[in-house]
Amino acid sequence: MAVKLKEMLKVPEILSSGHRMCAGCAAPTIIKLVGMALRGPTVICNATGCLEVATTIYPYTAWKVPWIHVAFENVAAVASGVVEAFNVLREKGRSRYEHVDVIAIGGDGGTFDIGFGALSGALERGHDFVYLVYDNGAYQNTGIQRSGATLPGQETTTSWAGKVEPGKRERKKPLAEIVAAHRIPYVATVSPYYWRDFIQKFRKALEVEGPAFIHAFSPCPRGWRSDTSKSIELSKLAVETGIHPLYEVIDGKEYIMSGPSKRLKELKPLDEYLKLQGQFKHLFTPQWEDFRKQVQEQIIEDWHLLRKKCGLE
Amino acid sequence: MRVTVVERVPAEEMRIEGLTGDAAIAHALKQCDIDVLAAYPITPQTIIVEDFQKFAANGEVQTKVIPVESEHSAMSACVGASAAGARVATATASAGLALMWEILYCAASLRLPIVLTIANRALSAPINIHNDWSDSYGARDSGFIQLYCQSSQEAYDTTIMAFKLAEDHRVLLPVMVCIDGFILSHNVERVEMLPDEAVRNFLGVRDPVLPLDPDNPITMGPLALTDYYFEIKEGQDRAMDAVPEVYKEVEAAFEKMTGRSYGMFEKYRTDDAEIIILTHSTPAGTAKAVVDVLREKGEKVGVLRLKMFRPFPAAEVAEAIKHAKAVAVFEKCRSFGAVCNPLALEVRAALYDLKERPMVTDFVIGLGGRDVPPTTIVEGYEKTKEYLAKGKAPLYETLGVRK
Repeated sequence: MAVKLKEMLKVPEILSSGHRMCAGCAAPTIIKLVGMALRGPTVICNATGCLEVATTIYPYTAWKVPWIHVAFENVAAVASGVVEAFNVLREKGRSRYEHVDVIAIGGDGGTFDIGFGALSGALERGHDFVYLVYDNGAYQNTGIQRSGATLPGQETTTSWAGKVEPGKRERKKPLAEIVAAHRIPYVATVSPYYWRDFIQKFRKALEVEGPAFIHAFSPCPRGWRSDTSKSIELSKLAVETGIHPLYEVIDGKEYIMSGPSKRLKELKPLDEYLKLQGQFKHLFTPQWEDFRKQVQEQIIEDWHLLRKKCGLE
Repeated sequence: MRVTVVERVPAEEMRIEGLTGDAAIAHALKQCDIDVLAAYPITPQTIIVEDFQKFAANGEVQTKVIPVESEHSAMSACVGASAAGARVATATASAGLALMWEILYCAASLRLPIVLTIANRALSAPINIHNDWSDSYGARDSGFIQLYCQSSQEAYDTTIMAFKLAEDHRVLLPVMVCIDGFILSHNVERVEMLPDEAVRNFLGVRDPVLPLDPDNPITMGPLALTDYYFEIKEGQDRAMDAVPEVYKEVEAAFEKMTGRSYGMFEKYRTDDAEIIILTHSTPAGTAKAVVDVLREKGEKVGVLRLKMFRPFPAAEVAEAIKHAKAVAVFEKCRSFGAVCNPLALEVRAALYDLKERPMVTDFVIGLGGRDVPPTTIVEGYEKTKEYLAKGKAPLYETLGVRK
């Protein structure tokens, strides 16, 4: 799909203004980009989380497409039901739609952690749907608790930076790769700064037959203690520092580095990303100097591993 | 939406088969032409899903079967499919129902007419595959209608009627159809089955209210806080209130077609009974046999076999038992820490406002599939007589257990 900015601006938004997400939150931008990639009748299933809670405070809703929320850990299962219902209703002549695209959306908590079983099951069963995770690196909705997506060194309300702890010590779960290991047709990582790459990948995800998975990086000024004007800059830096490299995986086998990451001669220093956020402030004290270096080394190691998978090294 | 007018199906068009309770439900689900079945295997419900998958494999049903990775996902997929307008069913038991718990409340509150068939089984620990009612009794406040069956025939009939009841626009609530695990789920009985066409005419096609529809976008399952949550629950409560009336209409139509009906409860030799045994599911069959023997000995005893536990038909039950000197409740569940147990709690509450109330005794029986022979029922009956003579009874006691 060729993405022309002029055309994109004509596409009606799926999330209206006044949605009550926080200032600077990248999730509404992500949803705006999703809306620009749509190709026809669509239903959205949303796991419990910031996006769900803020956009649908009864009796108001910001959604202009049919939307359902059931619970936190089950959005992939709910989507399975929606997909198969539309399939059978069409076969039985009870649906006027030739095809309905079904999108499941979860945050990192609802996807990396509590919803992982339902996600894996739905991928294995091969339902034709797109799963979008907007990853803001913690349970931001419940008050910034650590998740499987939280980075090492990140301070949260359940991984405090204290006298003896540097925030979370463990590494982030490599979810896109785990999902790709299900050998589903399409997996891609995206960042809202690279909007063209985002829209093209999301459209591709809709177009493949079978499950597709999109891992979107989503800055959270409230949880990250970053300036609300810096979210898009952080979305760019996350790619440039290797925190969130952009790539695609086809059929779980073929890894393809995407343009914005491929064009990088080398990664920018991690510090450039960390220093914009209060949640990493403690890492710049002498006590955690070594820890910070270890995190940097880990990211470089992961970067080379990914480049090898993509056939670039 | 009113109940469809149906014709009596001639006897020669009925198909007679020997079916287990599970198989009877599977056949009913097939004839109900369900659109989506999402289920996970668990003993003793598994035959329902296995049989249905065989129908699907042979092209005998036009149903999308979703073999989910857990019961939590089973009910979640059912919610998604039902929200999209499909006729949906699942089946479970015990731990499976416990895992579904969270989503039971969502299904009911989203007003989705899902039919959930349950082969009642004890909860862990210790892990036990046999029958008691702890699983579905635990879910009694989830907002599901609960119907308990005594025979394979009743399981078949009730499964068909459950869709009609659930999908009625005055109701729009999910229904649990419960049978006793193994005792009925695996017991072969004579079942008279309707022709497919008769079931289709009876049920029609589901007419969903406000489904997920791209041309008419709605938001389902939003956040509702202090200002609206309560009103949503109020609406849900009113839907539950509408159940008895609709249930009677559904049964009347079903009776016209088959000659069979069950009522919200069945009265067996209760009219002049001084002691009424109140129970449901398979112990009710045993109790009826006991009553026949006791009657021969001149005892004035009868059975009230409850079918509908949710909503609990309190006024009607009270009317049916108020003349007795005592009501002996037999139930396969202990509500730990409660003054008595779920069934007796309802019965006592139903009787409370009467000026003169029968004594209520409450016997916990058959936990974890412990056999409930006629002697257990007789023991409870004799104890009730003894307590009547004393004028005092314990709030509950266990029977058939080493103490």
